[in-house]
Amino acid sequence: MAEMAAEGKQPEILFWVGCAGSFDERAQRITRAICKILNHVGISFAVLGTEESCTGDPAKRAGNEFLFQMQAMANIQVLDAYQIKKIVTGCPHCFNTIKNEYPGLGGNYEVIHHSQLIQQLIDEGKLKAEGGESFKGKKITYHDPCYLGRGNNVYEAPRKALEILDADLVEMKRCKSNGLCCGAGGAQMFKEPEKGIKDINLERMTDILESQATVVAAACPFCMTMLRDGVKHENKEQEIEVLDIAEITVRANGL
Amino acid sequence: MITQILFIIILAAAVYLFSKNAAKVRRNILLGRPADRSDNPALRWKTMAKIALGQTKMVKRPFAAVMHFFIYVGFIIINLEVMEIMIDGIFGSHRIFAKPLGSLYGLLIGGFEILALLVLTACVVFLCRRNIAHLKRFSGAEMTKWPKSDANYILIIEILLMTAFLTMNAADHKLQLLNFGHYVKAGSFPVSSFLDPLLPNSAAALEMIERGCWWFHIIGILAFLNYLPYSKHFHILLAFPNTYYSNLHLKGEFTNMASVTGEVKAMLDPSFVPEITAEPQRFGAKDVTDLTWKNLMEAYTCTECGRCTSVCPANITGKLLSPRKIMMDTRDRITEVGNNIDKHGKDYSDDKTLLDNYITREELWACTTCNACVDACPVNINPLEIITEMRRYVVMEESQAPASLNNMFGNMENNGAPWKYSPADRLNWVKES
Repeated sequence: MAEMAAEGKQPEILFWVGCAGSFDERAQRITRAICKILNHVGISFAVLGTEESCTGDPAKRAGNEFLFQMQAMANIQVLDAYQIKKIVTGCPHCFNTIKNEYPGLGGNYEVIHHSQLIQQLIDEGKLKAEGGESFKGKKITYHDPCYLGRGNNVYEAPRKALEILDADLVEMKRCKSNGLCCGAGGAQMFKEPEKGIKDINLERMTDILESQATVVAAACPFCMTMLRDGVKHENKEQEIEVLDIAEITVRANGL
Repeated sequence: MITQILFIIILAAAVYLFSKNAAKVRRNILLGRPADRSDNPALRWKTMAKIALGQTKMVKRPFAAVMHFFIYVGFIIINLEVMEIMIDGIFGSHRIFAKPLGSLYGLLIGGFEILALLVLTACVVFLCRRNIAHLKRFSGAEMTKWPKSDANYILIIEILLMTAFLTMNAADHKLQLLNFGHYVKAGSFPVSSFLDPLLPNSAAALEMIERGCWWFHIIGILAFLNYLPYSKHFHILLAFPNTYYSNLHLKGEFTNMASVTGEVKAMLDPSFVPEITAEPQRFGAKDVTDLTWKNLMEAYTCTECGRCTSVCPANITGKLLSPRKIMMDTRDRITEVGNNIDKHGKDYSDDKTLLDNYITREELWACTTCNACVDACPVNINPLEIITEMRRYVVMEESQAPASLNNMFGNMENNGAPWKYSPADRLNWVKES
């Protein structure tokens, strides 16, 4: 972004990569997939890079409002300095925080999640499921991230990205507003779970196994980690692939 | 004449007692912190009409929804019949609406009887479901002792009331056929007439049964009214204001604490002078009075149906957290605080708090903030808000977050990320491919 600003250019959209998308090896692949999509359809975009900081989501959910607001205000300063209007995020947690909680602290932006961007591009005919890997006949199920689904009522956009694949879409028994959490939200990602009978991602695995899907579509880097851990735990890595909506779109479009 | 006076005394006493106890609940709710829920009345009325009146969130469990609908509609409509009973009681009349309404009266009584039968059936089914089928939802750790018997009492009382109503009508019907006294021919009795053969044939006995059931029915209703403020059944009243004052924001959005904003702004900009609030407020909630009145209203609205707990990922996987228990604890504690005020005055402290004495930290930290409980509640109760407020107290006032979360906070403060990575590496994803 700094480079673009130095050249006096303003991107159409700012891509908010998020901490997971920046540092987590698996999530970096999602980040690159989103970039491929943006480049493919010719949307000019920028990232904040080293100027980006955590949105503060896990701090807020864990009860550290001070830290959250410090992060938020610092981020708002950076975003406003670059006169950012529109943001796409690769993470439902960043999406929810910037979209819903930053306005109260003075940060007003049009924020969309990358699944919504993909839906728009499909609607505009800019993305098709041709020329790339065919998902025809594959059993695909979609796991709703809490902060995209229940948190913000985004249920259809990610499903739209799967509908054009001509794949065999199956819903898990707990889906949409009744979806089961992956177990990572509310800062659980950064601590050991409390004592119980089992971990939440393993409970979610029962739904996945029951759906008999060979591809699990995710739309959140945290869900991605939890679902993959679940698959590994069940020794199903050969049979079940966990892919982000963006990665599926990239593959289907041969990008 | 004596019965009229007796009736008026009982009625007045019941209304007085109920108002007194309902006012106490109201007082307790208002012990909470302020929260502004006065915006957008149009949408609020719509939400109430849809969710409380229209029962739209009940349908997620169709069987329970249908059964509950019988009881709900029965309750509302049978109140018309109760109105007649009240008037008859005060003026010493008998079926006062029978003459002026004519054939319509027969139709109404028929409708009431069918509803009474449906209510009766639903209550028997619910009673069996709770005590014979042992549904998991009703047998959580918090559903023993009083919560368990409370539910059973409610169902048994409703069964008794409906039985009395139908028996009363049957006796009345038989007396009408005998052309006895003031029992004018009124009403068709499509349900209770089936009970006729079970009743004696003597007019005197029938009159005793009719009067007995009449008094039992109306005193039962008044007693039940007075049971409400002590029971989870209070939801029949509070469901309406509770949905009206619902959170209208998206579920993912948590409140931004204004008290923190001032301090953070002052930290970032030394020239900023935060508004000084008169009373130093506690960050987050340690006790019920740190919660908002809406949180407390929700606690009194909760009818312990357990839909929240049954979808809670933490609870499903055997963790200690149960959103229903959070609401029940909150209600139990605010009731205790209220009772302390009544007994010992406003400034009395019993050295107990919602945190630790009722809700443990283990419960609080098990929550994934997934909003499943919030979504599942048929009357828009938000247990997550209470959990978040209590986490805020534990973290900001006590600095007692779990160690791993403290590490995360540290990383975020120093590196701008929850993990220990250097901010300089934020663009590394570009290089690898």
